[in-house]
Amino acid sequence: MNFKFFPHTKEEIEQMLKQAGMNSLDDLYADVPEQIRFRGEYDLPEPMSETEIRSLFEKLGEKNRRLTVFAGAGCYDHYTPAVVPNIISRSEFLTSYTPYQAEISQGTLHYIFEYQSMMAELTGMDVSNASMYDGSTATAEAAIMALASTKKTDTVLVSASVDPKVLNVVKTYAHFHGFNVELIPENDGATDKAHMDARLEKGGVAGVIVQQPNYHGIVEDFTGFADSCHAQKSLFIVNSVAADLALLKTPGEWGADVAVGDGQSVGIPMAFGGPSVGYMCCTEKLMRKMPGRIVGKTVDNRGQRVFVLTLQAREQHIRRQKATSNICSNESLMALFVTIYMSVMGKEGVKEAAQISYDGAHYLHDALIATDLFSNKYERPFFNEFCVKYNGDVDRLQQRFIENGILGGVKVDTDTLMFAVTEKRTKEEIDKLVNIAKEEKL
Amino acid sequence: MAKVIEGLFYSESHEYVKVEGDFAYVGITDYAQHALGNVVYVDMPEVDDEVEADEDFGAVESVKAASDLISPVSGTVVEVNEALEDKPELLNEDAFENWIMKVQLSDKSELDALMDATAYEELCNKE
Amino acid sequence: MNNRLYGNLIFELSKPGRRGYSLPKNEFGHHEVPAKMRRNEDAKLPECDELTVVRHYTNLSANNFGVNNGFYPLGSCTMKYNPIINEEIAALPQFAALHPLQPEDTCQGALQVYYDMQKALSAITGLEEFTLNPFAGAHGELTGLMIIRAYHQSRGDLKRTKVIVPDSAHGTNPASAAVCGLEIVEVKSTAQGVVDVNDLRGLLDDTVAAVMMTNPNTLGLFEREIPEIQKLVHECGGLMYYDGANLNPMLGVCRPGDMGFDVMHINLHKTFSTPHGGGGPGSGPVGVRKGLEQFLPVPKVEKVGDRYRIVTSNDQNFNVHVGEFFGNYAVMLRAYTYILTLGKEHIRMVGPLATLNANYIKEALKDVYELPIPTVCKHEFVFNGLKDKSTGVTTMDVAKRLLDYGYHAPTIYFPLLFHEAMMIEPTENESKETLDEFIAVLRKIAEEAKATPEDVKTAPHNTPTGRVDDVLAAKQPILTWKQLSN
Repeated sequence: MNFKFFPHTKEEIEQMLKQAGMNSLDDLYADVPEQIRFRGEYDLPEPMSETEIRSLFEKLGEKNRRLTVFAGAGCYDHYTPAVVPNIISRSEFLTSYTPYQAEISQGTLHYIFEYQSMMAELTGMDVSNASMYDGSTATAEAAIMALASTKKTDTVLVSASVDPKVLNVVKTYAHFHGFNVELIPENDGATDKAHMDARLEKGGVAGVIVQQPNYHGIVEDFTGFADSCHAQKSLFIVNSVAADLALLKTPGEWGADVAVGDGQSVGIPMAFGGPSVGYMCCTEKLMRKMPGRIVGKTVDNRGQRVFVLTLQAREQHIRRQKATSNICSNESLMALFVTIYMSVMGKEGVKEAAQISYDGAHYLHDALIATDLFSNKYERPFFNEFCVKYNGDVDRLQQRFIENGILGGVKVDTDTLMFAVTEKRTKEEIDKLVNIAKEEKL
Repeated sequence: MAKVIEGLFYSESHEYVKVEGDFAYVGITDYAQHALGNVVYVDMPEVDDEVEADEDFGAVESVKAASDLISPVSGTVVEVNEALEDKPELLNEDAFENWIMKVQLSDKSELDALMDATAYEELCNKE
Repeated sequence: MNNRLYGNLIFELSKPGRRGYSLPKNEFGHHEVPAKMRRNEDAKLPECDELTVVRHYTNLSANNFGVNNGFYPLGSCTMKYNPIINEEIAALPQFAALHPLQPEDTCQGALQVYYDMQKALSAITGLEEFTLNPFAGAHGELTGLMIIRAYHQSRGDLKRTKVIVPDSAHGTNPASAAVCGLEIVEVKSTAQGVVDVNDLRGLLDDTVAAVMMTNPNTLGLFEREIPEIQKLVHECGGLMYYDGANLNPMLGVCRPGDMGFDVMHINLHKTFSTPHGGGGPGSGPVGVRKGLEQFLPVPKVEKVGDRYRIVTSNDQNFNVHVGEFFGNYAVMLRAYTYILTLGKEHIRMVGPLATLNANYIKEALKDVYELPIPTVCKHEFVFNGLKDKSTGVTTMDVAKRLLDYGYHAPTIYFPLLFHEAMMIEPTENESKETLDEFIAVLRKIAEEAKATPEDVKTAPHNTPTGRVDDVLAAKQPILTWKQLSN
């Protein structure tokens, strides 16, 4: 065949066909009706050598611009320790399958156990699963989990301050799965608790979903939220930006039943939005209602402490249509990413990175306000992302930023920009952004 | 050979009903526990739940399988066997001794639709 | 190579005061997070130096078995070689450092790859247009079923709430249908292991939304009645869904679009060589025939002149959203690299060579392993355990014994049609020598089952870990370090 991924020589093919009782490769497909055989040529390019592929992507890459990122909205330019991508590229991790054969998959099972432990710590919850696809699908699955764990409910309340991209996914799942999504309005950018309480009292609510920091970057005060939910036997579901939980009050401390969110902020490259990793943690009480894979500790027949996929009776390969979810493949390698990240950053590093991001954002915020060109959209505490109104042409300003190699915030309204700062942004970069804004207005 | 006890009512989905006055104890049969293997978890209803004949009232899980519990009778759950929470293996030890829920029957005529021991034994032999 | 110290949990290697990171100096002055919003105590994450972390995870990796370690005949999973060049391309900073909300003008290269990839998948499958947004195969199934429901709903055909799946289907099929709010009806298989067309006929009516099939099916058999099946389903107003989990043997032979399927997903981590990563990230692009494009999820990418632009709404009453951005973009980059490497010429040989390999193993072992359906198979086939059942050696035992000889086990106890199912799938990348050696080992295990059955029943013996007690794990779940250390 003379192609690098096919080891078969011509002679071998003949020999193998003979042993399989066939005369030609075509014979192997004698059961495919001729009318549906594909005899044409694929509309694809000719095979490319590695050199040609490299140069093609080099050229395509030139059509992308690497910018200094001050945008967030669910995807953040955090620092990635060199150790992490190096270790996750080890082929024993990279090229292995889901760890169903525990005897030769302890590497994967072991790190998933560590991942679950770390996510439970970070969120302040009892248990975690082995990962979900991303923050939005994890949130939608949490909504379905709430419906399955409560009685006589058909509605999930979502705060209007939740990321609209997440809300869209929840609404999509709701539309087809068959439940209602009702929005809790916001008040100066934060969830209106009085409205939520009133709606909860009417009944039929499986769960309430809020976000922390919310879509506007605001750190919300969820005091009393869990009590309101639990009084009506509804679940309280908190979606959080993983990295920020190093400093923020945890979903567990707010009394959440389920904690979900996206793990991209934990140093995962932006990669045009994926792969990232969704996380889901919950109370011990809800453990068996959780979707996805779960790893637990056990022993082997040699008396060693080992790890194994467990509580599998929840899953699709056993329960089929009665499973808690259809999820099979998850984002295991990205869970390993998160695990190694948290191992090198450790207890202090995650706090320090979050604090620098927080400080940088507040520095930028204060500098923008000081120009008198920007004003606060909300009078609320924020973390490393915030919304400001600009008293000029937002599009023109953004274009000016781009010309200077800066992705200057996300336009969230005709007059409003949302900026995000991570520990990767330097004072020099921030000052440059502020100066461009000043010059643009001159 | 799975054990079958005289005097109980049986369903096709391998639950048994042991009637005492207006109440009934519902559990899974010895045949069912054999088929499942090591039981690791029993998902039970709560007291005061209403159960209906032919509808799920919980599930029994082993490592590699899970089976929904289908109530053979309708009524109100008055008690659940809490011992199964910590020791689900009791179902393997003696499925008939370890009932899952006690129900106040709302319609005793439903029992007529269930099998007696002889009929159930025949069903097990066939499967 | 498993070091006792570094093989511990990372939490057990932690010591207060150790550091494994370096961050830039804080130039911004301290701003205090309001006390009310702060967590009460730090997350108890490990504290380790960098080398300890590196050794720990390097040791863990030694307890894993990947495609690069050896033959991985895992049925239904298409464990093909994951080319190294794919990894290099996916890591290019010109792509890896892109923010998904960058203006279109600053990410034309990325958008072009998305567009060209979906066109390439159309060429390979014979369908009109693809979304690359679904994150995995099961997510693709769900997305595809959403598209099907949206289509029926758009026509006001609201009573179509049933999905028919074969009894041999992957577990994700019924589970995806359930998440999509659809009712599942099973269609029986014939004794020859394919869909029973008569049984199907009886199930078709105006409440059927779709029939989900994989072809070849999970027994590795081609559903040769597919022209008739698709005709019957379309006549009753239902759509045909193709589960692309078994697409690999069809490359170069037959396209789902030509078989009459309307909607399908592809597992890029199976057919298109992206690594399984211990269970993900995958990618599950979904394709539709002409006339269904408007139900595809947004965002999508379209080409106007020589520019690529992002479409965020379909002008439908309801837009499907299945993720925040463009799915697992970097996984798609790998798969696109693979397609370019094969090109139109070599992609044709993927299916035939994979199928040749499967038939070669099947024929060489059918005298010692029970072959319930003796016809030609496609990329995989199913043995029903050892032919000689008198030894008491089960499929589980054979699978575990294979580990001792340096092989990954086949998929076992699936499909559910056979009690001792053992599903073997060699990909086109495996050489004759590899297959011969594997055949020899499976024959040896069959002999061991007679001569020294205890050795097989207690296998594995040469792996770092022995058989695990999964009953204990499920009965008393210990899922975190906190629970373990208490």
